[in-house]
Amino acid sequence: MATKKFMYLNRRSSFGTVYAIESLEVVLIAAAFEQDVSLAFIDDGVYQIVEGQNTDGIGMKNFSKTFHALGDYDINKLYVSKESLEERGLSESDLMPLVYEDEDDDWAEKTSIKVVTNDELKAIMSEQDVCLSF
Amino acid sequence: MKFAIQVNEGPYQHQASDTAFQFAKAAIENGHEIMRVFFYHDGVNNASSFTLPPQDDRHVVNNWASLNIKDADGEPELVVCVAAALRRGMLDESEANKNSIVGNNLHPAFRISGLGQLIEAGIQSDRLVVFGD
Repeated sequence: MATKKFMYLNRRSSFGTVYAIESLEVVLIAAAFEQDVSLAFIDDGVYQIVEGQNTDGIGMKNFSKTFHALGDYDINKLYVSKESLEERGLSESDLMPLVYEDEDDDWAEKTSIKVVTNDELKAIMSEQDVCLSF
Repeated sequence: MKFAIQVNEGPYQHQASDTAFQFAKAAIENGHEIMRVFFYHDGVNNASSFTLPPQDDRHVVNNWASLNIKDADGEPELVVCVAAALRRGMLDESEANKNSIVGNNLHPAFRISGLGQLIEAGIQSDRLVVFGD
């Protein structure tokens, strides 16, 4: 099967609507198809990967820990909009430490997160074959 | 061109399904192929055979059915995500029986399947067009 570049655009926070968790479900399925997968977090989507999420008081499943599994599925390109972080008073240090093991570098643990400007993200998006927006 | 379509919003609440339908209809009329329409999130509600709009309104579900989008074997290519459907009470006969639920509401022009069908559509089509917020 041909390999295409798939990008999943996450634009909403974790729990206000169903889009975030159902997007993650698609990403996990997509991993089985051996495509070139990347994720982008823009607008309120940056909240999805903020460290220390706690759903005890709202009766929802805290699926944020699932993001830690992405590295094991060879999904290690997580682009985060610098502008979206700044607009919300966040920085990279507020995000979960999402990592993968680089098989081309003696399985060294590396960060999957790359904070990029919206201009850089625009260039990355224009290289994609398929953009799924959630 | 070979298109795949993803519909992320339910009928009547949101225009996404109507716009996707108009797009699909126009594409077919202009000689393009719609290889699959994948219904996700609240979009699964576009497949309910229990839908009864007032007579002076459009029938979103029947509109989709009228496009007759099928594969070479005659299987529907209006595909409803199984996980999204079951959690929203959208069941075909098999899922209803499996879960001992009386009644089922999947319109026969649609079929229930997994998210892999969405990824496959992205791989096999020339363009995957997403309709939703």
